Amino acid sequence: MTTPETSTPVESAPRHAAAEAPAEGNVLRRLNQQRRNAQAAIRQRWEALPKWQRVIAVLAFIVFLYYLPWLGYLPGGAPPRNPVANLQIPPFHLIRTDLGSGGSPWAAVLFTCALYVMVAIGLNVVIGLAGLLDLGYIGFFAVGAYSVAIFGSVDSPVVQALQERFGLSQDWAIGWALCIPIAIVLTSVSGVILGWPTLRLRGDYLAIVTLGFGEIIRIAARNLNGQSGPNVTNGPRGISAIPGPEGPPSPDNQIFGLTDAKPWYWLALTLVILMVLGVRRLEHSRVGRSWLAIREDEDAAAVMGVHGFKFKLWAFAIGAVLGGTSGFLFASRYAYIDPNQFDLQLSILFVAMVVIGGSGNMVGVSIGAILLVYLPERFRDLDEWRMLYFGLAMVLIMILRPQGLIPSRRRARELADRAEEVRGGRHRAEEATINA
Amino acid sequence: MNTLIDHIGQYTVDGVSKGAIYALVALGYTLVYGVLRLINFAHSEVFMVGTFAILVTYTLLDVQQYPALVVAIPTALLGLVVAGLASGGIALLVERSAYLPLRRKNAPPLIFLITAIGISLILVEVFGLLLPRRIGHLLPEVFGRERAASLSVPYLFERKPVLTIGDTVIDSIHIIVVVAAVVMMIGLDLFINRTRYGRGVRAVAQNPQTAALMGVNQDRVIMLIFVLGGVMAGAAALLWTIRIGNTQSAIGFVIGLKAFTAAVLGGIGNLRGALLGGILLGIVEVYAAAITASIWEDVFAFIILVIVLMFRPTGLLGESLGRARA
Repeated sequence: MTTPETSTPVESAPRHAAAEAPAEGNVLRRLNQQRRNAQAAIRQRWEALPKWQRVIAVLAFIVFLYYLPWLGYLPGGAPPRNPVANLQIPPFHLIRTDLGSGGSPWAAVLFTCALYVMVAIGLNVVIGLAGLLDLGYIGFFAVGAYSVAIFGSVDSPVVQALQERFGLSQDWAIGWALCIPIAIVLTSVSGVILGWPTLRLRGDYLAIVTLGFGEIIRIAARNLNGQSGPNVTNGPRGISAIPGPEGPPSPDNQIFGLTDAKPWYWLALTLVILMVLGVRRLEHSRVGRSWLAIREDEDAAAVMGVHGFKFKLWAFAIGAVLGGTSGFLFASRYAYIDPNQFDLQLSILFVAMVVIGGSGNMVGVSIGAILLVYLPERFRDLDEWRMLYFGLAMVLIMILRPQGLIPSRRRARELADRAEEVRGGRHRAEEATINA
Repeated sequence: MNTLIDHIGQYTVDGVSKGAIYALVALGYTLVYGVLRLINFAHSEVFMVGTFAILVTYTLLDVQQYPALVVAIPTALLGLVVAGLASGGIALLVERSAYLPLRRKNAPPLIFLITAIGISLILVEVFGLLLPRRIGHLLPEVFGRERAASLSVPYLFERKPVLTIGDTVIDSIHIIVVVAAVVMMIGLDLFINRTRYGRGVRAVAQNPQTAALMGVNQDRVIMLIFVLGGVMAGAAALLWTIRIGNTQSAIGFVIGLKAFTAAVLGGIGNLRGALLGGILLGIVEVYAAAITASIWEDVFAFIILVIVLMFRPTGLLGESLGRARA
């Protein structure tokens, strides 16, 4: 207790000097510098292009995304079972997941990726833009999924009760399209219900309370089974026969069936593109700028007249609707849900996607989501160990690269600023360029 | 509802002994929060490691169910030491390997929290998957099964009624758990309030810069609180095995959440608040389980947490470790 030593803000200079010593640290530093230069050069090139060329490049990329399910062989050909015999475009077939024995169908994996990209973009609004750590995002996902299940499926107790009450036929249920506004209302209301009492709390309390919320939704879905509460969700038995865009699941469905995932992927991809456009607009709007201000310094934002609570509530409600949309799509695609699909591990996975990808940057979080879905599918051995790897990745990224793999530039600057506060500004100029 | 009113004494006694364990775990959250303003999310896994350390010890010593008292008491004490060492060690390891680099960078609280979640995942997977795969054949009783398989820990003490007041039966397990928890807590309270080291902890909690100027080694204080919190979690682990008699790699999550709720309820950063919060939460949960079907009790815990935070954001006894006893 007596030796006055290190780790007080004033005295950390020696450590920094050590980092400059000519060791391997220097090599890393140089490599990092080179990477940074390369990145900057590419960005400059891109920004120097005429606008029409950029638009064409983006459109070409989107077309490529729609083409993805056929990657590795030409459209119309039979899905290749024997990779050597059928493949026409060699380098790409390595990307597919269904070539080895026991791999998941490629289009299904693509759908899952797109679905989780939607989740990541929604959660990014909450975590990345507004800086609120929501650990119970799965709750909104579940509310979205259950809204289509409870109101749209003939298997749901609520629909059955309505049939009985109003003397409707056995296969009456609320249409899929009508469930969409119901889901939007329910998820945004649940966002406000969770946010209203909790958003006044400090950030770290918020994390725990949201975690509790996610768990409450799951427990409620499990317990509202007719025995320990009114029957709303069928409890652990789950709800089946959840409709899709073409109505309840049946073999007659031409496009959105259970077997072919390609149309579902295209639907999800379309939604992702719409979401990206929407959130981009939002980011640069008054609301988006308020979120950034709150994230960086809530007190300063309040002084400048930004109503913190109001905008945080907006972030929660919007994030909830986006998460609910993904849940809605999830339930429609698989036509069956039960409470155990919405466990907290999945919720932590959502946070991992955002954090590992780079919170605040939509490209970053999308790539985070794709990696966390795709890698375990492509390398099946990974699947079992993935929680361990996620844990390791989360810790390492937070320590070495807290801004994430592909960070938002602004966010990286904030973190660099905080680190600089400790160093007493000695390397101000150098720090300011980190990850710029 | 009627069952609750008819047997309110019994439910209260059960709740207190349940809450005493929450309180011990809550101390770990409170200590770290009081000094660092950081929720050590990985603390729940520190508790889990404690229960595994006890199970390993019992297995190595070949402890049977309900041994004679002459054997049971030394075994329990040994279990306490081993669990304290294991939990304290893990807590210290987490601090040094994960939190220290972040503190050096002055990272925002969000980053700490995410790191802690990562650490939790790692520890759960190491005990649920890695160790069973690697050394499962050495200790099949402990690591023979993977993932969330529930492992039974031999009971050291039999549940015998000791005291009967009306319909309320106070049994040996109630007494052991509550007495042991209270003794540990009084010990910690004395340590923080009466010793030189404790003064250092309080000083850093009050004002880190001034404490540093006064010659308190902040780094050592931080290590100390992690170890102390870990030891308390180890004690809680021992009492858990005495009371419940099983463990699993995923056990930490729910208990950690409850203990954190308890800490917040009493006022996080306040040692006596942790005791109050833990016992209150235990009682509320048992009551809730009696009124509704017991599957709703977890929901109750969270709703109470939210209500308390809404009306008294600093908990029942207020927040500060530094000002708990100036």
